[in-house]
Amino acid sequence: MQSHSQTLPSRRIGGDLVRGLDRQALVWLAITAFLLVSPGFNALLPWLKTYPAELVLPITPALNQFMSWFVDSFGFIFKGIAWLLQWPIAAVQAVLHWLPWPATISIVAMLAYRVSGWRLAAFSVVGMLYMVVVGFWIESMNTLSLVAISVPLSVAIGFLLGVAAYRWRAAERIIVPTLDFLQTVPTFAYLLPVIKLFGFGPVTGLITSLLYAFPAMVRNTQLGLKEVPEEVVESGRMSGATPRQLFWLVQVPAARRQIMLGINQTTMAALSMVIVASIIGGSADIGWAVLSTMRKASFGEAFLAGIVIALIAMIMDRITWAIAARDRAGDPPAQAALTRHRHLLIGLALVALFLLLAQVLPALAEWPRDWRFFPARSIDSAISTFIVAGKSWIELIKKAAFYFAMLPVRLGLEATVKPATWGFAWSTIHTVLYVLVLGGLAVYAARTWSLMAGIGIVIWSAVYFFGITNLPWLGLVALGTALAWKVGGRSLALGTGLGLVYLLVAGIWEYAILSIYLCGIAVLLSFLVGTALGIWAAHSPRVSHILRPINDTLQTMPLFVLLIPIVMIFKVGEFTALLAICLYAIVPAIRYSENALRSLSTEVVEAATCMGCTTRQLLFQVKLPLARPGLMLGLNQTIMYGISMLVITALVGTKELGQQVYVGLGNGDFGVGMVAGLGMAAIAMIADRLTQAWSRRQRAELGLG
Amino acid sequence: MPDNGQASDQIKLSCRNLWKVYGKDAASFFTGTDAPGDTAALARRIRETGHIVAACDVSFDVRVGEIFVIMGLSGSGKSTVVRCLSRLVEPTAGEVRLDGRNLLKASPDELIDIRRHKMGMVFQSFGLLPHLTVLDNVAFPLRLQGSSEGERHARARKMIELVGLKEREAAFPHQLSGGQQQRVGIARSLAVDPELWFLDEPFSALDPLIRRQMQDEFLRLQQLLRKSIVFITHDFLEALRIADRMAIMRDGRIVQMGAPADLVLNPADSYVAEFTSEVPRSRVLTSADAIDASLSVAADAPKIDGRVKLEDLLPELAARPAGLRVVDVAGNALGMVTPGSVIAVLADAKSQPNAA
Ligand SMILES: Nc1ncnc2c1ncn2[C@@H]1O[C@H](COP(=O)(O)OP(=O)(O)O)[C@@H](O)[C@H]1O
Ligand SMILES: [Mg+2]
Repeated sequence: MQSHSQTLPSRRIGGDLVRGLDRQALVWLAITAFLLVSPGFNALLPWLKTYPAELVLPITPALNQFMSWFVDSFGFIFKGIAWLLQWPIAAVQAVLHWLPWPATISIVAMLAYRVSGWRLAAFSVVGMLYMVVVGFWIESMNTLSLVAISVPLSVAIGFLLGVAAYRWRAAERIIVPTLDFLQTVPTFAYLLPVIKLFGFGPVTGLITSLLYAFPAMVRNTQLGLKEVPEEVVESGRMSGATPRQLFWLVQVPAARRQIMLGINQTTMAALSMVIVASIIGGSADIGWAVLSTMRKASFGEAFLAGIVIALIAMIMDRITWAIAARDRAGDPPAQAALTRHRHLLIGLALVALFLLLAQVLPALAEWPRDWRFFPARSIDSAISTFIVAGKSWIELIKKAAFYFAMLPVRLGLEATVKPATWGFAWSTIHTVLYVLVLGGLAVYAARTWSLMAGIGIVIWSAVYFFGITNLPWLGLVALGTALAWKVGGRSLALGTGLGLVYLLVAGIWEYAILSIYLCGIAVLLSFLVGTALGIWAAHSPRVSHILRPINDTLQTMPLFVLLIPIVMIFKVGEFTALLAICLYAIVPAIRYSENALRSLSTEVVEAATCMGCTTRQLLFQVKLPLARPGLMLGLNQTIMYGISMLVITALVGTKELGQQVYVGLGNGDFGVGMVAGLGMAAIAMIADRLTQAWSRRQRAELGLG
Repeated sequence: MPDNGQASDQIKLSCRNLWKVYGKDAASFFTGTDAPGDTAALARRIRETGHIVAACDVSFDVRVGEIFVIMGLSGSGKSTVVRCLSRLVEPTAGEVRLDGRNLLKASPDELIDIRRHKMGMVFQSFGLLPHLTVLDNVAFPLRLQGSSEGERHARARKMIELVGLKEREAAFPHQLSGGQQQRVGIARSLAVDPELWFLDEPFSALDPLIRRQMQDEFLRLQQLLRKSIVFITHDFLEALRIADRMAIMRDGRIVQMGAPADLVLNPADSYVAEFTSEVPRSRVLTSADAIDASLSVAADAPKIDGRVKLEDLLPELAARPAGLRVVDVAGNALGMVTPGSVIAVLADAKSQPNAA
């Protein structure tokens, strides 16, 4: 019925306007009218704007009660696990501390050389030397020891679950939705229950890291096994393989590349979470080094430590990636055992050598404090100089963003436009002008394109005029649900409605709106700029060549490293959060749009060129419409990246849900944090399903199946 | 029957009333008590309930040393049938006998044993293991049986040499061309010296020129090895080139079965005629097909093998317009061919399909 009304736009033309409007359009018009009219009654009927506190359900205390009951009843199990796990952590830590730093560096360098080549080995050596010289060696090793235990555990658990999901439908039906959910829960929120159950300390970091990292392994294992071509499996069976042989000698090796990619992703996730987990303190690792200094506003130190995290991430990423990529080429089997183990032997020899040397030269065992190269002061003063010199510019950017985008969207034009901000005061004249111009535009859009385009313009102008925080919650819930219905049908609408209602009854609507506002602006910006860059890159190999390593690096960084440079210049605040989100969320926007354009069928493009399309026509009338499903997936990922960064930006003092999670964490208030964390998950899930459904719809419309 | 004399009459593999139905309640249609009534009606009933009938009452025999070809358009159920024969797919109903023994009753362990020693299979997209070298791919079936590295590599090397890939043993599959990859597939399927050889569209993924070359190569191998073969193809000309006997499939059922020449001369329906109409008769018919029964055998006339195709007979006849004496493999005279009898059979063949 919905699609029916879509396929017959001609009904409207020339006909009676009202009769031509179907039920769906009427619903949209009603919602729009409500959104437009209701803010006028905010003073009269305050519950229109603010969800009445009386209707908030006591979810937070209920969660807290449940948790204390759970801890009281079963806490001993988790305490036991924590006690057990502390030993391997201590053991690995002891080994890494005992090994002289040159020995550790040799091992990593040999590994890097073995899996990739001397370039990666050299990069690893230089990177690790930096850690030594700057004096963060011990902290780095503490981080490494957590990762070293978390990764094998995550890989093992993830592999088993991945195999189970591949083998048994029932398992798949449980595992996949659980993973989907885990993926949307903000990183900080993982810490809440883990702290309650396992207490403070390194074990908590380990467990959260494990929880956060294993899903990647499950997905890749399952995907890899699924993608082994049917004929390869059949050829194995026809060769007379027993089920066990078939699995270990045919399916797993054939899926090896994907499984290895899983290990790569798992490693990076584990590292990222170990770093995030350091906000609970007491772990003396490199994440703590960054955080504690950032809190003291000694950005120079934070920056130096941040670089260490970045280096650890890059080295780990490159090495595990190289292992995955190396696979296909393989070693010529002619290679004798001795040469195959040569690197191992050299590595061992170097370790032995440095162990001996460290007895004589204490600097090899521990880098002396006095030799530490620690230019934090100079960095601080350089930043100050830079900030003083660029003050006018920095202020300009900040103010422009604040006055013209962020404040109006949040509070509305009337509250924002003041002589101090825009240079004049808002008056009725302006309101009339605004309504005329945008109303005209909306009518024009409704006539030339579609009714939905017109309604879209009206809604956007309403947000900008009233401010998103002044819009009625009822209208926004209706808007979200109607959108979900249009895009994905009944069940998506139901899910969306329930998610939004949760935000209301949990009493976190205000925070949720602020989350949506901050993340929305950032995503919009990232998506526009990122897509433009992606399009450029798709047309210019040079741009693509420049962007790729930048994207790679941004993507491998543990999230809060990205905050550091921005905080250094713009200080804490919402604007910093906005930039940080953009910095991270722009990566998928670039990637997906470039990929979407590059993978267009060349024949269609050639056909259009032959018809005499100009470059511009080709882009706007052929390529972009065809690339729409791919661009939508890019938007989906941009939103997901944006949301995961949003939570981290709580560290620089935002006022949204992420901050609530952080507050819950700080006060040890499980309920508050969890309610907010689930709210975040609800928003993420709604955004995810909406954009996915939209992308699928467009694929279907383009006949791409 | 214009058999090439390689196949004996002994039956290697026999397939009786084989059905494969995909769908939820596939088995419910074959509860056993039903008499084997009207299969077409049964198939229709099954299809009406939303099930897919991939193989429908398929029966045929493969003789020892014979190349049995199953030909049909894509989706006609060829792969399903061959997978039922090897039990890669479980048939829904019917019987498959290998050397008289019911394969469908074999336990999983027995099945593994049969596959390890008696069957080899070649796949359309090769099905090579991407992580193993050519040598290890070919040796893989032997490795599964636990034979020692030296032993299996020696055997694999022999097979690789047989298919002419000697220099590429250390290469990985993705480094080879399609034709080379399929040679590896063939070598692997022969590594355990199977008696029964399944080939599912082995050359369909290859370029026409390579395909032709591979067919010749395949025939050469068969001369050497004398396997009992089930060969699947969708290419009628390919079927004609290599088949001793062939079956044509459509919508899961066999519509006609026989020697290639029989099919060309007497297509059972318009569907088969569609394929045969484009085929030059002289390439299918043999000198034995052109015997003029009204002539008595002239003992002094030069001999010609009964299996020689008319295409190759024509130049000989041009030199000896008086005619040639057709003999079978053993050298016994079968009759006489003359330019007149050849023209007659070609002209007759031309008019046949429309008559049918
Ligand atoms: N696993 C399956 N599930 C459902 N239908 C199948 C399956 N495998 C094959 N089919 C159907 O069975 C029919 C015959 O397929 P197949 O034997 O592969 O044909 P061919 O090899 O002749 O191209 C096709 O209609 C195909 O769609
Ligand atoms: Mg097939």
